[in-house]
Amino acid sequence: MKIKTPTRFDWRASFIYWMFALIFLFFAVLLHNDGFLGPNNLLNIFRQTATISVMAVAMTLVIACAEIDLSIGGVAGLSSVVVAITIRDHGAIAGVCAGIGVGLLVGAANGLLVSRIGIPSFLVTLGMQGVAVGTAALITDYAPIPILNDGFNRIFGSGSIGKFPSVIFWSFSAVLIGWVTLTRTTLGRRILATGGNRDAAEFNGIDTKRIKFTVLLISSTVAAIAGMIYAGRLQTGRYEWGTGDELSAIAAVILGGTSLFGGGGTIIGTLFGALLVGLINNGLILAGLPVSEQQIIRGLIIILAVALAKKK
Amino acid sequence: MNTVEMRNINKSFFGTRVLKDVNFSVRPGEVHALAGENGAGKSTLMKILQGVYSMDAGEISVAGAPVQIHSFQDAQRHGIGMVFQEFSLIPELTVAQNIFLNREPKNKAHLIADRDSVSRARDVLKSVGIEIDVNSKVSSLSRAYQQLTEIAKAIAADAKILILDEPTASLAKHEVDALFKVLKQLTASGVSIIYISHRMDEIYQICDRITILRDGSLVATESLANISAQEVIAHITGRKDVEMLSHDGRHIDRASVPTLKVENLSSGHRVKDVSFDLYKGEILGFAGLMGSGRTEILRTIFGLDKKSAGKLFLEGREVSIKNPRDAKNSGLAFIPEDRRRQGLVMEHSISANILAANLEKLSHLSFLNFNKIDQYSATAITDFEIRPPEANRQVKLLSGGNQQKVVIAKWVATNPSIILMDEPTVGVDIGTKVEIMKLVRSLAARGNSIILISSELPELLGVCDRILIIKNGEIRDALERHEIRDEDHLQLMVQGINA
Repeated sequence: MKIKTPTRFDWRASFIYWMFALIFLFFAVLLHNDGFLGPNNLLNIFRQTATISVMAVAMTLVIACAEIDLSIGGVAGLSSVVVAITIRDHGAIAGVCAGIGVGLLVGAANGLLVSRIGIPSFLVTLGMQGVAVGTAALITDYAPIPILNDGFNRIFGSGSIGKFPSVIFWSFSAVLIGWVTLTRTTLGRRILATGGNRDAAEFNGIDTKRIKFTVLLISSTVAAIAGMIYAGRLQTGRYEWGTGDELSAIAAVILGGTSLFGGGGTIIGTLFGALLVGLINNGLILAGLPVSEQQIIRGLIIILAVALAKKK
Repeated sequence: MNTVEMRNINKSFFGTRVLKDVNFSVRPGEVHALAGENGAGKSTLMKILQGVYSMDAGEISVAGAPVQIHSFQDAQRHGIGMVFQEFSLIPELTVAQNIFLNREPKNKAHLIADRDSVSRARDVLKSVGIEIDVNSKVSSLSRAYQQLTEIAKAIAADAKILILDEPTASLAKHEVDALFKVLKQLTASGVSIIYISHRMDEIYQICDRITILRDGSLVATESLANISAQEVIAHITGRKDVEMLSHDGRHIDRASVPTLKVENLSSGHRVKDVSFDLYKGEILGFAGLMGSGRTEILRTIFGLDKKSAGKLFLEGREVSIKNPRDAKNSGLAFIPEDRRRQGLVMEHSISANILAANLEKLSHLSFLNFNKIDQYSATAITDFEIRPPEANRQVKLLSGGNQQKVVIAKWVATNPSIILMDEPTVGVDIGTKVEIMKLVRSLAARGNSIILISSELPELLGVCDRILIIKNGEIRDALERHEIRDEDHLQLMVQGINA
């Protein structure tokens, strides 16, 4: 009665790292005269992908739970304008609190609608996306709100610590916290159980409704923080910040090797997924391609990557 | 003192008494078989013990102390562990992670100490003699090892009573041996096991005592040393509803070319070298235990499972059936066992379900012909006496029996010459069972050839012209209906006991 686990090498498990290395090398050779390898450009890639990485980490938890959150882009935009207005009127600390409040509020609404009323998260968050963006546009009358508080701007994005932009610390903290949560906490284990086999999780005494509520709350709150990073980096709150980020974040998660069907998840993979998206964007810009061609190539690379990584 | 004792348990569903003053007790370290036909009350009794159902009256005590069990968690707290048929494991987590799911050992920082659970899981597995790598993902294990992981999980949660429901149904022979070795080791350490099974040979091999239920009542509790398999079977079957049993001998013309000829059909390890003929208007029964390969033979004929060898002939002409589409085009229909998942779209109406299998017939140039659809649905509802007779009613609102009639109506509308039926009466009430059996007869009278799988032997005896005995994927015997004396005789054949 002996069983040996098949330890066959599965290159798909580490697919994202191969893909990342390959595309990195490709651009390094092709664009070495255009400053691709310069330290500033490499830092730029990190800087540009910071908001996506942060949101993608939370999205990994949501997808591992077999749910989805399409409202994060809208929440980021709404958070950026609420923060900007509150800072203008009441100062930086109140601003940060208001931003977090936006995330908690939207997340709680999403979570309650999904877990208590039983509406699929796809629909709830699709609707909530519109509500969030619309609210942000309404309260600002489509206008950008400048943020003049230097402390806020430095901490959330434009500043740097030593040589590293502070946004990088945000994305690395998100990755670290996300990784510990998913692999080392009971919450993470319960998320995986809920996403992997909900009935079984219930039989094990896991309150799966509560888990769903929790991941949607986390996702929205993290999106609000990402909105503040936008606001700090660009020193403005604007309803458009974050538009379309939900799709980039989902792409990063799936590229990273997390199954869209739930039950599994890899935060480090997600980080590299986000960096890969940023790398591709950066390389295509440096290569001087027009936006239309960038969009086409980016789309094709993502489809190709996911198709190659798909298990038969 | 008994490990568990259930006294005077009563339970009714919608006014029907399904358990009548049942007494059931399990001693420490014994394997106690729980036997009875489908619907005898076995699973209701066990669900009460697990806290899934609440009893109407009665008492339960564990180790002498009266207990209240209202939920699965209550049962677990009292040491009652269930090894689920549909497993309670999370596929993407490892064996160790599953064993300690939702009660993970933690370190000082309140983070999960996976290394701890790995070594503790190893100890548990070792103590019950199971050798599995605790770091393998559950999804990479075979069903047998998943089941052993379930057992280990229950033991790690300090279960004193394990409930195993048909644990060997999907296991190969050597896996059954391994399972029994583990069970022996468990009972030696004082764990009690409730073993639900239809297999007499296994019951005699592993169990100490047996409790037999029939129609919700306790028939006997006996030490297996004092009761013969024949007596057990007689207790299980009892006296039967005569109306269902009455078989009118029919004449089947076996001189003509068979409608379906199956030659040396094999697929996987569940269908081995199966050959038989089916004639026009004949009802051929497949009798065998769950997991005997009955279903797989039909699945292979219908193109759902890939055949590894063998030939199929329809009306004497060889046909190649590679998928269900080919089968349907060749005039076959398959009425699957799990109608909710495989037979019907539950959210759709009766007429939409009938339409789904007959799209070509009920449309013209891809446009649906609603007049024809209405006409077909109306005919089906009258012919099959579907209640309530409303074509636009969602099938999920129908009773189990009427749902089954919709499945049958849908396939009969395709005008098949051969109808394969897998347990068509599962989960329907007695009255509807009789109706469905009459329906089977009338289909055969219209010239359809039918293969019928049923675990309810009286049904087979009531309608079949011929019965094949299936065991381990092979045809062990082929009997004309008049060669079979009664249900006990057939049951002994199915169990492989010489009568």
